[in-house]
Amino acid sequence: MEEKGTMRVKIGLAEMLKGGVIMDVTTPEQALIAAEAGAAAVMALERVPADIRRDGGVARMADPNVIDGIIKALKEKKYEVPVMAKARIGHFVEAQILEAMGVDFVDESEVLTPADEHFHIDKHKFKVPFVCGARNLGEALRRIGEGAAMIRTKGEAGSGDVVEAVRHMRAVTGDIRRLTQLPDEELMTEAKNLGAPYDLVKYVKENGKLPVPNFAAGGIATPADAALMMMLGAEAVFVGSGIFKSEDPATRAKAIVDAVTHYRDPKVLAEVSRGLKGAMRGLDVSKMDEKDLLQTRGW
Amino acid sequence: MGRIGALALQGDFELHIKMLRRAGVEAAEIRTPAQLDSVSGLVIPGGESTTVSRLMRRYGLDKAIRDRYLSGSLAVYGTCMGMILVCSDTEGDHDLAQLGFIDATVERNAYGPQVESFESDIVIDSVNGAGPMLFRAVFIRAPKVTRLGDGVKILASHAGAPALISQGLCLAGNFHPELTDDWRLHKYFLDEFAARIGD
Repeated sequence: MEEKGTMRVKIGLAEMLKGGVIMDVTTPEQALIAAEAGAAAVMALERVPADIRRDGGVARMADPNVIDGIIKALKEKKYEVPVMAKARIGHFVEAQILEAMGVDFVDESEVLTPADEHFHIDKHKFKVPFVCGARNLGEALRRIGEGAAMIRTKGEAGSGDVVEAVRHMRAVTGDIRRLTQLPDEELMTEAKNLGAPYDLVKYVKENGKLPVPNFAAGGIATPADAALMMMLGAEAVFVGSGIFKSEDPATRAKAIVDAVTHYRDPKVLAEVSRGLKGAMRGLDVSKMDEKDLLQTRGW
Repeated sequence: MGRIGALALQGDFELHIKMLRRAGVEAAEIRTPAQLDSVSGLVIPGGESTTVSRLMRRYGLDKAIRDRYLSGSLAVYGTCMGMILVCSDTEGDHDLAQLGFIDATVERNAYGPQVESFESDIVIDSVNGAGPMLFRAVFIRAPKVTRLGDGVKILASHAGAPALISQGLCLAGNFHPELTDDWRLHKYFLDEFAARIGD
């Protein structure tokens, strides 16, 4: 029997993106630069997170024309890279619109203003796969329980400061390592403490990893940042503002793609890091106000 | 049999490594031409063809793989994107690092967006001489074969389109056995292709 939208098919696309870079793009021209540089996928947006942060106001799903324009431009130039787009946390109608438009992956994202402060989208109801942000293992497993086919660290989007992505990745991988050491009788209490489904806690203990791919996002701005996240256990990276808020996006994009492939080889990293023009200026997250943080959206 | 590599530039190479190990062979990630020297077989995984083409060219892997294959010292199995790269042509005007080991034309992403990706049972012909084999095939934004040269064997089809093909020392499929727990196809690649390479 032929089946579409199974968990295996959804996770399958996430598996294909591993070892790659997913780049935020806001125009057809940027999408072509990203594809040419070797992006494994593009995230179609109206504004990159740094601009959303600067402009303030309510950030919503992009205008379908923006997303369509990017999909069409890639098709015309014969690029077949998957296209992702963001829906607000809990805004299942935005997600339905994105699915109907033929977007390949939906990011239920804290970068946009949440539509629901209590409930995330029931992602099992969709054929399109979802990626969700997480700051720790409990949050990751809650999203997977709701049907997410990929987890990414939240980091602090639009900051250009990698410190939060590092914190979140270490939190997730550290909790996974700890779980693998627990005796079975402690798992239910652990599930209660994490606020995570018992079956998924058991899966993580037995397999030493999440049941879906685990990517990094939020503040990655340089090839070395990307390689650092891979060394810490990320299976791919999202680069949001870091590419098109820099001075030479095409060269930086290529350098980050190379860095993610050769993340264990410092000689390659030295070579691709050389002579890049200015990185995005960025914001020091430790100097930011609590209320300006995007990562605390969702639970 | 010597070691088998999985091209590890981008894509789901880790799952292939796991399958190869379960099928009983030593497996390694291949990112440079020097690493290619140590293997007698290579799996080219699923991934993004533009990304992998650029990285193959930049690090000289397209030439290294082609030289080894043409000298008869390397067997190759391509899945999905890997199938695109081992074939000779694609529909339309693409600048991909195609290796041309199988005389066939493929259309990339022929089934539409991800919501059209699917899994289905297919029947694979005479694997390991044991007769037809039922296989759960997972198709993710899959390519489709639109033309086959004379010397190409069809080992399995889905809805009239070839799903598993071979020519010479090369095997290619547009579905992902590595997304299941079924390693029989990896074993088939080892026994029927990689085993023909002298140690």
